[in-house]
Amino acid sequence: MRELIFGKLTFDALPHEWFTEGGTFFMTLTGLALVIYLTYTKRWKWLWQTWMTSTDPKRVGIMYMVVASAMFFRGALDAAIIWLHQSLSSGSNPGIMNADHFQQIFTAHGDIMVFFVTMGFLFGLLNYIVPLQIGARDLAFPFLNTAGFWLYAAGAMLINLFFVLGGDFAATGWLAQAPLSELQYSPGVGVDYWIWSLQVSGLGTLLGGINFLVTILKMRAPGMTLMRMPMFVWTSLCSMVLVISIFPILTITITLLWLDRYFGMHFFTTGFGGNPMLYTNLIWSWGHPEVYVLVLPAFGIYSEVVATFSQKRLAGYGSLVGGAIGVTAFSVLVWLHHFFTMGANADVNAFFGMMTMIIAIPTGVQVFNWLATMYRGRIRFTTPMKWFLGFVSTFTFGGMAGLLLASPAADFQLHNSLFLVAHFHTMIIGGALFGIFAGITYWFPKVTGIKLNERLGTYAFWCWIVGFFTAFVPLYILGLMGATRRLDHYDTATGWQKLFITSGVGLLIIALGTAIQVIQIVVSIRARNKNRDETGDPWNGRTLEWATSSPPPHYNFAVIPKVEDRDAFWVMKQKGLTKPKRYEDITLPKNTASGIYLSICAFLVGFAFVWHINWLAIAGIIGGIAVVIIRSFDEETEYVIPAAEIKRQEERHAPRT
Amino acid sequence: MPGRYKKYKLSEHKLTCVSLITATVALALVLLIGKSNVALLNPKGWVAWQESKLIVQSVLIMLIVVIPTFAAAFFISRKYRQSNVKAAYTPEAVNSRTTQIVLWAIPSVIVAVLIFKMWNGAHELDPFRPLHAQEQPMTIQVVALQWKWLFIYPDLNIATVNFVQIPESTPINFELTSDAPMNSFWIPSLGGQMYAMPGMATKLQLIADTTGDFAGSAAEINGKGFAGMKFMARSSSRGDFNTWVQSVQNSSSTLTWPDYENLAKPSENIQPAAYASVQGDLFAQVMTKYMPEHTHQ
Repeated sequence: MRELIFGKLTFDALPHEWFTEGGTFFMTLTGLALVIYLTYTKRWKWLWQTWMTSTDPKRVGIMYMVVASAMFFRGALDAAIIWLHQSLSSGSNPGIMNADHFQQIFTAHGDIMVFFVTMGFLFGLLNYIVPLQIGARDLAFPFLNTAGFWLYAAGAMLINLFFVLGGDFAATGWLAQAPLSELQYSPGVGVDYWIWSLQVSGLGTLLGGINFLVTILKMRAPGMTLMRMPMFVWTSLCSMVLVISIFPILTITITLLWLDRYFGMHFFTTGFGGNPMLYTNLIWSWGHPEVYVLVLPAFGIYSEVVATFSQKRLAGYGSLVGGAIGVTAFSVLVWLHHFFTMGANADVNAFFGMMTMIIAIPTGVQVFNWLATMYRGRIRFTTPMKWFLGFVSTFTFGGMAGLLLASPAADFQLHNSLFLVAHFHTMIIGGALFGIFAGITYWFPKVTGIKLNERLGTYAFWCWIVGFFTAFVPLYILGLMGATRRLDHYDTATGWQKLFITSGVGLLIIALGTAIQVIQIVVSIRARNKNRDETGDPWNGRTLEWATSSPPPHYNFAVIPKVEDRDAFWVMKQKGLTKPKRYEDITLPKNTASGIYLSICAFLVGFAFVWHINWLAIAGIIGGIAVVIIRSFDEETEYVIPAAEIKRQEERHAPRT
Repeated sequence: MPGRYKKYKLSEHKLTCVSLITATVALALVLLIGKSNVALLNPKGWVAWQESKLIVQSVLIMLIVVIPTFAAAFFISRKYRQSNVKAAYTPEAVNSRTTQIVLWAIPSVIVAVLIFKMWNGAHELDPFRPLHAQEQPMTIQVVALQWKWLFIYPDLNIATVNFVQIPESTPINFELTSDAPMNSFWIPSLGGQMYAMPGMATKLQLIADTTGDFAGSAAEINGKGFAGMKFMARSSSRGDFNTWVQSVQNSSSTLTWPDYENLAKPSENIQPAAYASVQGDLFAQVMTKYMPEHTHQ
């Protein structure tokens, strides 16, 4: 009877180790502080109406950024623990924790940084910027958008819930390699938490992908043909095409893994005809394109930043578009390079090696075209531009390492080593994360109307660059010395310890950089009167997002702009900006809480399946379907802002050019 | 309009300085560690030697385009900085078709060369491909267990745990399987790794050109005993090898199936051990454990 109601959930699941107790304590404390603050300042209603139920992509975007930032600190804390343990755990020193716990931490670090930090930041930027850049007022499916965000948030909660209930996360590496992730070798609830947090947030990502694809294809301002779209929109489009192509693979793969674990099936088990190699293939045919999902929008950001701060038209627009499409197409043909060592024959390995190397061509062309844009420009070295130059210097090294890894015979030696770890950190940090930082500093004045402090931004940048090389060059060397990744202990005779320590010093420098970034935002907002930008166009921008006030009004554009060329706003400025003669009524989507209800149901389903509480899972599924059906009968999902109101707002807020 | 921007300090010098400092530090680190400690740059067998050659040559080929790119980034940033009003400024210029063709051609040519080298390397260094040497090749079967390596010498009918001795200059045909999660068998000084998987046999051909003790490890995450799943590969002269085989065969321990099942139970940080004889075709037996027709019983 007890099992019928509570499944496998018992009092044993409550925290009883220092790290679960600490995690629970910290999360409870933060939650409590938040509740007290909101109650004290009477902001509950404000939070619910202005933010949580909002369908405005600008607000959803900011919520994505907030959640992603919180998760960034969780993931960074994991990184610090990994470093501390590896710096100590040599010879007779056992380090600060046991192997199982260590493995859980690096697994969580990888998953959090990829799914909840980088993806979160990207969707945040996409939400805010893409509608503005294409001259739209909203996304194609506003409800799907809030549902997508709340599913992402529910996934983020599920991945942290193990602190409170279960105390066990997957110890299998970030992709839960089968058969290690099967019940036979991972009997705890850790892998189940992994499955359901990814399943729930992955659904959100897929909804987001569909939404942005349709938005970009259908909702562009009149005159904005495909070949007039800003590069960020192009690369976002490519990234979303990839999301739609690959996330179903992830969903199916981890559903099959779940069937193995829940119903005792044998898709990826070692015995009974199960095939773990199938899992490896499937997970990487999602996993490799996923890297490009992260990096492509960052490429778009670099294109915007370079053109704006070189004060020049983007060179080789056609090549950049072709390059982005090429990267998108080839990225789904390379997954086997993640397991050249699985025994495929030389022809198969060489084919995938070739496909991987070919991707370097469009990637290289992109870098060359950014340099060509700077050539004969008037370059302003603002913080976003510095992040771009930082990207060029790190990403090139990472790319070289990547080309080595693409060569099967070299990969046999480098695979599973710290060289590989250093390589993908170079790509994700130097490629995607620096792009995100460039984007955040570039668009911060648009979002808040406040320019970020340049001096602090520069300090943060230098901390990141120096820290990055100090942290990861030792890892490249360790890999060449034969150090495998994920080691919780190593012999003193290996001589690796000093390199691990050096790497940790780099991490501290990066931590300093992050601290400065936080201070930068706080200081800039505190001195907002000094840093305020009232023009809406602080950088002398080229694309449509700069045509509105900062922050933009609810409706983005009082009058939808007519696009006559690439760099639409630049062209408008050259012709001279004119005030619109008359305004029209604007229809916008209403707030909805359905997304929140849907994600609560999804969260409950995930939670129920982790603990085998079948009735709750069934209730959650029925609840989720009911929410969608009820929402679909809601006919009054839009409201109208009368023209007079728009006129009033425009006269108060419009850019003072 | 541009008048309202203050002039930003040129950060390119700093960027270069930091890059140079970092490169120097990296180089210093390598020197500090000593080349002999860097297994991949200090190969002890033909396979590892070819692989390290491929790595170094590929890096050099890539530098042909990477160094000019860095130089271009540096000089363009320097020359076309905003404060240098004397430099040409063509805000509306977009590149000509010829420029674009050149920009595509450069990486294409470099990548084509790399693909050529890669393709040959992938075939020549295919781990399944037998090596040619004067000595007759020797087969060693390897079973990845939780968390130790079992080595079976089928021709000599002996077995060892977490230790493998091989005669120098003799091609070794490692046959790999696993009675545990997937694993990866790696001796960096001798050559690249290969997965060991339940119910399947993969092959890895290696050869040692010199005598010496080489560290071997499990490279694929496989559970809590992962870090302790190490072994020593000892390459010795043919004479020393024969003496060692004799000494193993003179001991009395036999590896029977029940012994094996005992050994296969999860255990961590296992000391090396040796068995004078092995009962039956143990390797095949381990593999068939995972065949569908056996698991269904």
